[in-house]
Amino acid sequence: MATAEETVTYVGQGVARKEDAALVTGGAKYIDDLSVPGMLWMAVVRSPLAHARVVSIDLDRAREAEGVVAAFSGDDLAQEWAGGLPCAWPVTEDTKVPDHYPLTTDKARHVGDGIAVVIAETRALAKDAAELVDVELEALPAVTDVEAAAGDGAPILHESFGTNESYTWVLEAGEVGRLFAEADVTVSERYRQQRLIPSAIEPRGVMAAPSPTGDFTVWSATQVPHVLRTALTLVTGIPEARLRIVAPEVGGGFGSKLDIYAEEALCLALARRLGRPVKWVAERSEGYLATIHGRDVVQEIELAATSEGRITAVRTRLLAAMGAYLQLVTPGIPILGAWLYGGCYDIQGYSFTCTGVFTNTTPIDAYRGAGRPEATYAIEHAVDALARRLDKDPVEIRRLNFIKEFPATIASGLEIDSGDFEGALDRGLELLDYDQARREQEERRAASDSKQLGIGFSTYVEMCGLAPSRILGAVRYVAGGWEATTIRCLPTGTVQAIIGTSPHGQGHVTTFSQIVADQLGVPIESVEVIHGDTVVAPLGMDTYGSRSLAVGGVALWNATEKIIAKAQAIVAHQLEVAAEDLEYANGTFTVRGTDRSMTVTDAAFGAWTAHNLPDGMEPGLEETAVYDPPNFSWPGGCHIAVVEVDTDTGDTRLVRYIAVDDVGNVINPTIVDGQVHGGIAQGAAQALFEEAVYDDDGNLANGSMTGYLLPSAAELPSFELDRVVAPSPTNPLGVKGVGETGTIASTAAVMNAVVDALAPLGVSDIDMPASPERVWAAIEEVRA
Amino acid sequence: MIPSQFDYELAGTADEAVGLLSQHDDAKLLAGGHSLLPLMRLRFASPALLVDIGRLSELSYIKEADGSIAIGALTRHHDLAGSDVLRERCAVIAETAEGIGDPQVRHRGTIGGSVTHSDPASDLPTVLLALEAEMVARGPSGERAIAAADFFTGFLESALRDNEILTEIRVPAIGSAGAYVKFNRRAQDWATVGVAAVRLNGATNVALTNMGATPLRAAGVEEALAAGADTAAASAQAANGTSPPSDTNGSAEYRAHLASILTKRALEALDG
Repeated sequence: MATAEETVTYVGQGVARKEDAALVTGGAKYIDDLSVPGMLWMAVVRSPLAHARVVSIDLDRAREAEGVVAAFSGDDLAQEWAGGLPCAWPVTEDTKVPDHYPLTTDKARHVGDGIAVVIAETRALAKDAAELVDVELEALPAVTDVEAAAGDGAPILHESFGTNESYTWVLEAGEVGRLFAEADVTVSERYRQQRLIPSAIEPRGVMAAPSPTGDFTVWSATQVPHVLRTALTLVTGIPEARLRIVAPEVGGGFGSKLDIYAEEALCLALARRLGRPVKWVAERSEGYLATIHGRDVVQEIELAATSEGRITAVRTRLLAAMGAYLQLVTPGIPILGAWLYGGCYDIQGYSFTCTGVFTNTTPIDAYRGAGRPEATYAIEHAVDALARRLDKDPVEIRRLNFIKEFPATIASGLEIDSGDFEGALDRGLELLDYDQARREQEERRAASDSKQLGIGFSTYVEMCGLAPSRILGAVRYVAGGWEATTIRCLPTGTVQAIIGTSPHGQGHVTTFSQIVADQLGVPIESVEVIHGDTVVAPLGMDTYGSRSLAVGGVALWNATEKIIAKAQAIVAHQLEVAAEDLEYANGTFTVRGTDRSMTVTDAAFGAWTAHNLPDGMEPGLEETAVYDPPNFSWPGGCHIAVVEVDTDTGDTRLVRYIAVDDVGNVINPTIVDGQVHGGIAQGAAQALFEEAVYDDDGNLANGSMTGYLLPSAAELPSFELDRVVAPSPTNPLGVKGVGETGTIASTAAVMNAVVDALAPLGVSDIDMPASPERVWAAIEEVRA
Repeated sequence: MIPSQFDYELAGTADEAVGLLSQHDDAKLLAGGHSLLPLMRLRFASPALLVDIGRLSELSYIKEADGSIAIGALTRHHDLAGSDVLRERCAVIAETAEGIGDPQVRHRGTIGGSVTHSDPASDLPTVLLALEAEMVARGPSGERAIAAADFFTGFLESALRDNEILTEIRVPAIGSAGAYVKFNRRAQDWATVGVAAVRLNGATNVALTNMGATPLRAAGVEEALAAGADTAAASAQAANGTSPPSDTNGSAEYRAHLASILTKRALEALDG
């Protein structure tokens, strides 16, 4: 309905976040802030061993402890379950999906595996009593390393399978064998994506309350209230219509709250069993054991290329750790990267194989980027290896191989709708002042300075906006990828947008308000965005995979278009003109060539009184749109890292970071910048700081924030951001999604910079994270 | 996150705190709480009674006396860092305090808490060892002074008796003749390794953080310097006789290497 006179008031502006006043003044309610009368607290007794047979569980002492209402083993609760915790993405027909009940009964398969629960009047009493549960375990050999777990003679986690391999998934396109045979040059690289622990600022928590009518309300710190409702019905047998899920304010997730957890099912089942509300909130170190981890993949990647550096084929083999069980989308995480191991390059042959392997560790699942940071790292790091082999500048080899025309069908078979890889690279080089940076690097090398500089590039493309439902079906994901919004115009001028995505820090309320306010010509203060309650917003697929704007935003836009269309019919009727004679701009319909006009707000009042509507029109101005995207969205760009390596100590510091991203059209640049900043920090953290380490016995050796190194602002430079804009032609907003770009692009940029600094010394690669000791040891090794 | 149950008493005076410690077997003093409370939250420590001395403002001071500086045990790191007296008369303490943890830790944590907790990864104990500081302890029968060299007796163990409270720390006025160099991954972390170097009574004292169960004097370095070795040669002796830990921040071998590098840097800072 856009016309030439339309002006944009909010879209594209860095509007201050409407959410923040409540958040920064402590007025917002997170799960930990909530309580209901009669509420009990649950504590979970967890296995201290990585692999052990459960011999006996004695709950007597715990049951007698102060304030304890009940205590249960897994066997005690067996009749509560209509099914196990679901895995929604068995990626092959023969994927081995183990039984996974909220408490284990036969064996503990990782440190932190739930064995029993204690329910008491307070959190502290539940915790005290949990220490009195006497669990006898018979230790079994444990395997935490993915390669060891896949090897002969490894301890088997799920004995009925006779193997630790869950599945092997293959994608082949083009004449890969011939292209490798005919290649002038090949490189063969091996990388380890270390295990990471998602560290949302708010730990997980859940509270479940029964009502006298037989209904249940579950409040959970979740990204996925709608998926949770469906899943909890499958696990507990409580009919979906009797379950209300509320996601209150949620303090971050990064994928770790995109899951169905044992504690959610336990609190609900215990609320049913005990007839009282039951609450659990994770302690931080407990969360490190009982909330999913990310990455943990061993990658082998080979490139075939011409002597000029044109890449002709890519062949990848992955061994991906699943952890002890399959959580909601565990098997699919490496597969989310399966199409991207060719990066943003024009190649012909493509081969991808991934084998998922059970290990005696906390399960792996979605962590910001989910499969795509791993893919981007592998291709970008391998392209640098190829550049070094051919003695080419890493910039030039990228330029030589870029996809330049769009839409472009990539080697793995998907279609990139739009992009500007070269434009992003050019702008990045300009911001960096590439020649000057190389000169400074050369001077330090010539002077044998103890502080060496490295410059690293990551030119990337990612697929997000998950996802076209038919593609999800084709890859055996059990749900759809659509999204829904209802717009309701109230009679006095305010507008409710009831959205199916579930924000947990991203600023949906502001971004979506901007779109609605511009579309309907109302002040942004008049738009109320409602989310996170399955009774109030029953339709939705929730928030993950950079989908909220790229999918949910389009549903929202489509709903406003329906509102405008109905309002136009009302206005035409009331002004007694033909609908075609009305012009629409900024919320106002004007009869062409006159000053007669009415606003959408006027139409909303008219729709409410219903005194004068067209024949047959239903009263009210409320519309719902459900949108299923026809394609993924394809953000891309160029990230550049400059690191300084202290060659005496190995200390490696990020000193500059430049990101030029194409995320399509930008609704709120401040919010987009915030997403990119956070994403870069997380990706740089993988390169330099974070690694979950299991010891030989299968204990998490750094299971607290003291030992698990999340960097802070003190360890990072101020990032330099810019954008190129190649609007997505796939959706009317031209948006692509931005939640994951920073994480997807940045790890490779930082590690390429580290290797760039060290290559002249003879160091060919460094495992992640590039800790001071690893860097020092690598330098020592080549010096020796 | 959730400590075991404990009783709590607020001490109005230092003597009252000593009295409470004497009456109870399993009591711990609570000052800034930034060492003890994390251990209790992880249930690594479960004292039956906490005696809160955090409000004894009489123990928060920095004064000059007879060529030494007297620091009250409850002086917070932030106040050490901002002290003009220290900046002028014993700058290494102020400079070290400025780099401890993060602003929250520095505003809550106290020098006495850091010293009595005796964590070998803490910064101030190492600096105090190099300075040959004196620790003043008050017990039921009065006060006694303990030399830093005798104070740190083991991992998280000190010479303080169960019924004693540390009231004061005395350090020599060495002006700017001190340096502390710390290596860590993140600004807020404990030292992977730290090195303090000070000039005192015509000698160079060097002490090490996180190279053993207690803060340690780098005897090899000190002897080499006394024998006329140059900085590089002396620094190479830094790890002699130490048994540093291996953990996810670094192996013992890497720590030994760091000790030499950081000793060299500390000695250069002392000369610079």
